[in-house]
Amino acid sequence: MKRFTFTLVILLVVSNLSAQDCDKTLTGRVIDFHDGVPLKDATITFNNKTIVTDSNGTYTINDLCAVSYAFTVSHVDCNAQVFTIDMSKVTTKDFYLEHHLNELEEVKVAGTIKQETSSSQEQTINTDIIEKYSSATLGDALREIPGVSSLNTGSTIVKPIIQGLSGSRVLIMNNNVRMQDMEWGDEHAPNIDINTAGSVTVVKGASALQYGGDAIGGIIIMKPNRVAAKDTLFGKTIITGATNGRGGSISSKIVKGYENGWFLKAQGALKRFGDFEAPDYVLSNTGVFEKGASVAFGINKFEYGLDAYYSFYDAEIGVLAASHIGNPDDLIQSINSGQPDIIRDFTYDIENPRQEVTHHLGKVTYYKRFEELGKWTTQYDFQHNQRFEFDTRRTDELSKRPSIDLELTTHTLISDFYFDAKPNYSLKVGVLLRYQDNFADALETGVRRLIPDYDKYDVGAYLTGEFDINESLILDAGIRYDFNRIDAKKFYLQTRWDERGYETDFADIVIDRNVIGSQLLTNPIFDYHNISATVGIQYSFKEDYQLRANYALAQRAPNPAELFSDGLHHSAARIEIGDLRFDQETSHKFSASLQKNNEKWGWEIAPYVNFINDYILLEPTGASLTIRGPFPVWEHRQTDIRLLGVDAKMYVNWFKHWQTDHNFSLVKGKEIDSDIPLINIPAPNFANKITFLKEDWFNLQASLESQYTFRQNEFPPNIDVFSPDTGEDVELEINTPPDAYHLLNFDTNMEFKLGEKNDLKVGFTINNVLNTKYRNYLNRQRYFADDLGRNFLLRISINY
Amino acid sequence: MNLRKFSAIFFGGALLLTSCSDDDDNPDPASEEEVITTMTVILTDGTDPVTLNFLDIDGENGPAAPVSNVEGVLKASTTYTGSIVLLNATENPAEVVNEEIEGEADEHQFFYLPEGLGITTAYSDVESDYVDVNGDPFTSTNPVGITFTLTTTDATGEGKLRVVLRHELNKEAAGVSDGDITNAGGSPDIDWTFDISVQ
Repeated sequence: MKRFTFTLVILLVVSNLSAQDCDKTLTGRVIDFHDGVPLKDATITFNNKTIVTDSNGTYTINDLCAVSYAFTVSHVDCNAQVFTIDMSKVTTKDFYLEHHLNELEEVKVAGTIKQETSSSQEQTINTDIIEKYSSATLGDALREIPGVSSLNTGSTIVKPIIQGLSGSRVLIMNNNVRMQDMEWGDEHAPNIDINTAGSVTVVKGASALQYGGDAIGGIIIMKPNRVAAKDTLFGKTIITGATNGRGGSISSKIVKGYENGWFLKAQGALKRFGDFEAPDYVLSNTGVFEKGASVAFGINKFEYGLDAYYSFYDAEIGVLAASHIGNPDDLIQSINSGQPDIIRDFTYDIENPRQEVTHHLGKVTYYKRFEELGKWTTQYDFQHNQRFEFDTRRTDELSKRPSIDLELTTHTLISDFYFDAKPNYSLKVGVLLRYQDNFADALETGVRRLIPDYDKYDVGAYLTGEFDINESLILDAGIRYDFNRIDAKKFYLQTRWDERGYETDFADIVIDRNVIGSQLLTNPIFDYHNISATVGIQYSFKEDYQLRANYALAQRAPNPAELFSDGLHHSAARIEIGDLRFDQETSHKFSASLQKNNEKWGWEIAPYVNFINDYILLEPTGASLTIRGPFPVWEHRQTDIRLLGVDAKMYVNWFKHWQTDHNFSLVKGKEIDSDIPLINIPAPNFANKITFLKEDWFNLQASLESQYTFRQNEFPPNIDVFSPDTGEDVELEINTPPDAYHLLNFDTNMEFKLGEKNDLKVGFTINNVLNTKYRNYLNRQRYFADDLGRNFLLRISINY
Repeated sequence: MNLRKFSAIFFGGALLLTSCSDDDDNPDPASEEEVITTMTVILTDGTDPVTLNFLDIDGENGPAAPVSNVEGVLKASTTYTGSIVLLNATENPAEVVNEEIEGEADEHQFFYLPEGLGITTAYSDVESDYVDVNGDPFTSTNPVGITFTLTTTDATGEGKLRVVLRHELNKEAAGVSDGDITNAGGSPDIDWTFDISVQ
């Protein structure tokens, strides 16, 4: 830990040195507030005299007069504090010092960030990387971490995948608030502006139980930088311009801190792009217009703190025009033709199909520390998420109305107590209460609700602990219970109700059998009891080696899309079917990592296996005949699966100025019984980067990165559908992955001092240097168009 | 006290501030406005009409497979006057989808694509036959295809008639105004093939 020393506060002695008896004695100890440990070598200063505590933390001050004194007590690692004591009344006094200053300091470097877990695989990206992706998305930035990939819809809707799992299996914690932004849809990206984060940590698995028990894939933890308790005013502006999409972003923040712990932060970002371009053509209607802002204020004291935060996010996202398909012939034609059938001139206008999403997040957090015990934290958060999806509908009048209009409101209350007073173990115990309401405005859309109106209630409780067995061995463990209740009002078409055989199992949930349009109204109320648990070790040996091993049990209740989907998803041009009978998923994940880190070189190899019982997947199963021809039917299905994989990385500092980085990740996912590969499993990829660094040249860094993505050779079988054009059944190559590809990226940046406090950082990036044509298996638009072509980005970041 | 009550009390205050909770009301069964359940193509030579019927009772969302049939047999070497009617019977009363298409006649076009037996079709309406959503007649004169003609030759036997409706197509593209779908583009609302026979 970095050592801090403190200037002594100028002594203020309320003294009266006249004719008084100055024979008083003050004795006591200086004690760490946090764990009650006596502090050796603490200094007590008054009237230019300094007393130092002995090895038991005790002190004795003689020859004091019977007046009030101001004693400044300080210790390395601690904030100096001034105590005023009236010697006419007191003869003994124990001074408590705050010994955990690091918690109040702004986190500056990734390496110093406290890890979320001791035993599971995790990695953090710091401010430098976040700034590099200032004009992109959270999902893009996280791909820097081996084992993290993304499920894309175009280049602007990016859902993180952690070791093969995404969507509801990946929790996103935004400033200690679990995002509730309809993560159930493949084309629903996290409603987050990456510029609000100071650091982002990915825990690859469910081991960080305090955040939730259903993180079968993992947890993404975005944290803001903390404001130091000192008088400070600083800000930062990042401007990025990009040639591809002919747009950019501007992000600005300003922070005011006070010595007494009060702080105020404000941040805003704007991002605007027009149509992006593939190497050979414009990707029409792929522009994006994103606005984000946040404010926070509060007080950060050692003993207590209060933090209020509000953020707003709004994005209008164009969806590739050519991806709107009416029937399989359109899809077959797109797959065969090799280029989109709608290519228009570049424009900033965003037309249908498009999404408009808005997310409001507000929270209040309070914490209080109890001496020799720990820290109690309580937080209430409120989230409001509104999603509109507009499609190319039959008439212009209809197209002005959204096809999907969902409003999700969430209230959450969490409270936890962190017992950290004991030197060799810490415990955390916490509870959670959550209420969520979803409202689907079908009167506005004129489309049947794919996701019904529902109320959801969650209650959770957990206990986690970390034990230092000896200097090199740490054990961590935890257990959590979650109760979920979903109470929905769902309309079913009578024909669907019969086809699913729901009458036999669910006749009791029907509340109205005579709804217009041959529908029936049901009131499913489902309860789920989920247990999650984790245990693991961290073992450090031979100076620079570390071994981590972890087992995590996690259970996840099915999400509303998995339970209730039952019709045409317009924007996806597919019929999606859920199942009321779904049980929760249960995952058993074993992971390990062995790493070596020193100045010259380091590496990490991290294998894992994840057995998931009753895994819910969504896959094409056939086609349903409609007046427009047959539509692909995607059904949710539960099956037992296994995921096997390994993430590996290495860095070598070859010479003083040259460094290389190497990342590799591989995951294989199969159904256990049939050995059939799972859909949408990331292909293996291999990234190698060479970096030149020279501090003398304005901190120059220049790097060239090669990214090779293999072809995914393991994929589920395609489906046969009837083609109206040819009048016969044809194979719809809906699962066939595209070829392997290789991309080169170049990145450089320099820093310039602009006076005392200001500095300027200039970065220049070229993505896809060779303008390679490629398609990505995990891009849902791979059927219709190539991925992005070459892109030049210029980035200017000013600190002031 | 059950959980629901507890939660309701717990968050009641917050709820009042944020939104009206419609917990106890049942949601409105919104009508499916874009569905076409029923398509009827009537061909008549003045004496013996032939009717092509399509019915998908639960629309494209539902699992029930659509059914279609043809009432009557076409006569050889005859010109028929054709018209098409589209309904959405999930609404009450059933919505006549034709009105919607007429109101945006310039954005829509039917294609009647016969297969075999030398059958030909031709448009017999133009956009200016219809009025737009504001009640003003269209001035453009591209075909729409709500009415058309179908002509048989002396060939008899079994054939097919494919009926297509597209919106946001390129009506100016080569051949489109003559009923050739090749360059039309756009997005399909209907694509259905009937089995017909000529005697």
